[in-house]
This record gives sequence, C-alpha cells and structure tokens, in this order.
Amino acid sequence: MTKRRILILFLIFALASLTTLLAACGDKEKPAPTPTKEAATPLPTEEPTPEPAAPARLILATTTSTEDSGLLEYILPDFEAKYNAEVDVIAVGTGQALELGQNGDADVVLVHSRAREDAFVADGYGTARYDVMYNDFILVGPAADPAGIKGMTDAAAAFAQIAESGSTFVSRGDDSGTHSKEKAIWTAAEVTLEGDWYISAGQGMGEVLTMSDEMGAYTLSDRATYVARQATGLKLEILVEGDPILFNPYGVIPVNPEKHPNINAELGQAFADWITSLETQELILSFKLNDQSLFTPDSEAWRAAHSGE
Amino acid sequence: MWRSLQVTASALVFSAAVGVPVGTWLALTRFRGQRVLNALIYTGMGLPPVVVGLVVYLFLSNSGPLGNLAWLFTIKAMVVAQVIIATPLVVGVTMSSVRAVDPALRVQLRALGATRWQATVAALVEARFGVIVGLVAGFGSIISEVGAVMLVGGNIDGRTRVLTTAVVLETRRGNFDVALALGIILLTLSFAANLIMVMGQGKLAES
Repeated sequence: MTKRRILILFLIFALASLTTLLAACGDKEKPAPTPTKEAATPLPTEEPTPEPAAPARLILATTTSTEDSGLLEYILPDFEAKYNAEVDVIAVGTGQALELGQNGDADVVLVHSRAREDAFVADGYGTARYDVMYNDFILVGPAADPAGIKGMTDAAAAFAQIAESGSTFVSRGDDSGTHSKEKAIWTAAEVTLEGDWYISAGQGMGEVLTMSDEMGAYTLSDRATYVARQATGLKLEILVEGDPILFNPYGVIPVNPEKHPNINAELGQAFADWITSLETQELILSFKLNDQSLFTPDSEAWRAAHSGE
Repeated sequence: MWRSLQVTASALVFSAAVGVPVGTWLALTRFRGQRVLNALIYTGMGLPPVVVGLVVYLFLSNSGPLGNLAWLFTIKAMVVAQVIIATPLVVGVTMSSVRAVDPALRVQLRALGATRWQATVAALVEARFGVIVGLVAGFGSIISEVGAVMLVGGNIDGRTRVLTTAVVLETRRGNFDVALALGIILLTLSFAANLIMVMGQGKLAES
C-alpha cells in the first residue's frame, strides 16, 4: 500500500514539474508565430472606443494569400480596435472559403475568383460583392528557363510553350482562386492537361512555390505570396507578367443572414464597409515587403477619391 | 503550446474514460458478432484523421445537424475529433492486453470468493502495461494530429492554433526555421509526457 502511495506522489510531482517546464517554454514559443505584431500597429487610431463590453467574434473565411503574405496581421488590429471585435481568420483556398460561407460557418468571405464570387451572390449565399483590392498573377520558374518563356507578354502563349517543351509545371490543383485562374489560362492556350510534366499538387501557394523551387518547375503564383516567399529564400524568378489575363481582383462578400440567421451578419457587413473604406485602403497600400506594395487598393471609395489621377 | 497540451490532455482523458472500460468489457465477454466488432475496432485504429475531421465538420457545421451547438472552429470541436481518432486505439490495445491475462486468474479469484467486479479489476491490474501502451499510442496520435484539427479548428491565431497547425502555417510561409523550432518543442513535449508514463510503468512494476 505504501508503495502505491509513493507512486501517486511521484505522479503528482512529475505532473507538477512538467507544468513548470511547459510554462517556461510557453513564454518563448509565443512570439514566434506572429513576428510582425509590433510592426502591425496601423495608421493613427482615433481615441479608444469607450464601451468595454466583451469583444464580438467575427469569422472571416479567406484565401491563404492574404494570411501567408502577412496582410491580415497588418490591417486587422485596426478593425478589432474600432469595432471591439475579434476576427477569427480561417485561411483556406477560395473554394473552401466559399463553401464555409455557403454553410453559414463564416460571417464574411474575402476571396479572389470573380466568376465564383458572382455565382455565390447570385445563389443568395452572400448579400453583395464589393471590390477590395487587386494584385496580379505571375508566371514564375527556374532561372535556367528550359521552355524559353522569359519576357513573353502573352501568358497563354507562354503556357502553350511550357506544355510543348514538356517542362514541369506544378499546379495548385486545390480549387483555389489561383487554380481557377490557371485553368482559365490553359483553356485559352488550348492545351490538354495530360502527361508527366503536369503536376497537380493539391496544396497551398506557399507549398507549391517550395515544390516548384525544388523541382525546377514552373508555376502560377499571386504576386503577394511570391514576394513574401522571396524574402525567405525562394529562388524562382518572375518570367511572365503584365498580361491583362493575369489580373487578380479580391472581393469581400458578407454572408447572407437569410440563409443562416445565427451568423454575425451585422459585423460581417461592418467588415465589408471597413475594408473598402478609404482609410483601410490606404492601410492596404502601405503594406510593403522589400519596398513593394503587395496589394493595390481598388474599392469604390478608393477609385472615387483617385479618379482625377 | 498550452493549447496543444490542453487539447491533447482533454482528448486523452475522454478516450481513456471510454476506451479502458469498453476494452476491458469486450475482452471479458463473449457474444455473437464479436469478431466483426473486433475488425471494426481495428479499422478504427487506422482511421484517416482527415476523414474524421471532415465528418465532424459536416456534423458541427451551421448547416449540419449539430450546428446550433456553435462548436465549429473551437477547441471543443478539436477535442471531439481527437477523441474519435484516439478512442479505438485505447479500446483495441486494452482489449488485447486484458485478453492476454491468464483466464484462470479470474476463475481462481471467483472461487476464492471475489465478486465479479473485483475479479475484473484484478484482470485489468494484471494487464496494466498493455493499458499504458494503449494510452501512449492514443497520446501520440492526438498530439501529432494535423489534418482533422486544421479542418474543424480552423487554425485560428490565439484560439485554435496548436503546435502542429502552426508548423503547417510557418512551412507554408517559408519560415522553415520557425517551423522546425516548433517541431522540436512538440517532440520535447511528447518525450516528456512519454517519459512520465514510462516511469509510471516502472513504478507499477515494483508494486
């Protein structure tokens, strides 16, 4: 019996020491995932809101590009302070983000696949779609450029040339906004996607850029993720850019409360109003990596204010 | 990291609370269709976590049958998925280790006047090493799980982000050094927990 008592004491002691150990590591681990928190303090904020009520929770379903590039970490604290809200970011592909909105599992979606966004609103799942910003897609590949496409201005022709030369191309293959765009370009290039050269990865932009880099392959990327990844040692180069087909607009859509009454529709609409406001648009423009703006503001308010230029 | 531990600990407690009694009971009783049930449990031991995550998502979704619980994208949803993944492991291993105990032990104890309950507990005590192995296996599968918790937790910063999903995010961002550091923390944590369980096993052997 005493032995059993010793064992119990031992276990309690072991648990206690584990807890202390964890507390010690916990402090170190915390700053790691949010390295830019300090830099993220946004534009001059107005006087703090007086009501200290518990913050409301907003679920934002968005694409990996807005989170992986660091944009959301940079602009969201401003929204959270102004509306006394906490934004829960679910960063997935555009396909999954729209699905979450459709099921009423998100209050607002911020995605980039124009045709599917319009269908989402037309089917009654969203109240309206607002222009937010754009960046562009770029065709990136190894410096050696085995397909010889560097400097081409016609993306479809460059795609056709990659297929013809049989050079490896890594596709997102995950129904994301980037994947939709890529498929549209293949269609324009009239290429049938078969053969060993075409790799459907089924992963996010960050992973696909890593894969392409390792394999010396071509891929289509949004500029924001590419520039962000360049800062962490990616060697792929921009080979084709500037074709109008590569335009990449982002839209925000509040989820329709008529389909799902228990979502936070009010805050979802507030988010759409906030992200399209002139002030937030300027915040988006000021988000830079390597001295480049990653997203160009493009809301109605922004266009109205800058129409004279 | 606290969250990793919180999710793992609660999921393991639930799995053990369900798994050990069920496993013991299955080991000590005989009924028709038991083999089929055993096969089902062994299949459960190899459940693909992402499929579990998907099913849990569909149930907890606002459009799903349990949508009004509002558990999606919370720790609760993650624990539910983890319990479903780990319980068959605990059941399966408990069952086979209790079954491996000499049946004569229970017969003897009953003959000596022990109640059915006492005899069962005695068999479980004899099988304690196996039961601990089951718990260790459950722990390992829970703490290292990525796909299901990503899907039902949403990897929300400061809320449902755990060590494994943080590793995924940092890898996607190309911060391999941070991702690796998080991986090392995860391994250390796992090692510490297993060390405690193994030392507990040693102590049990002495008693």
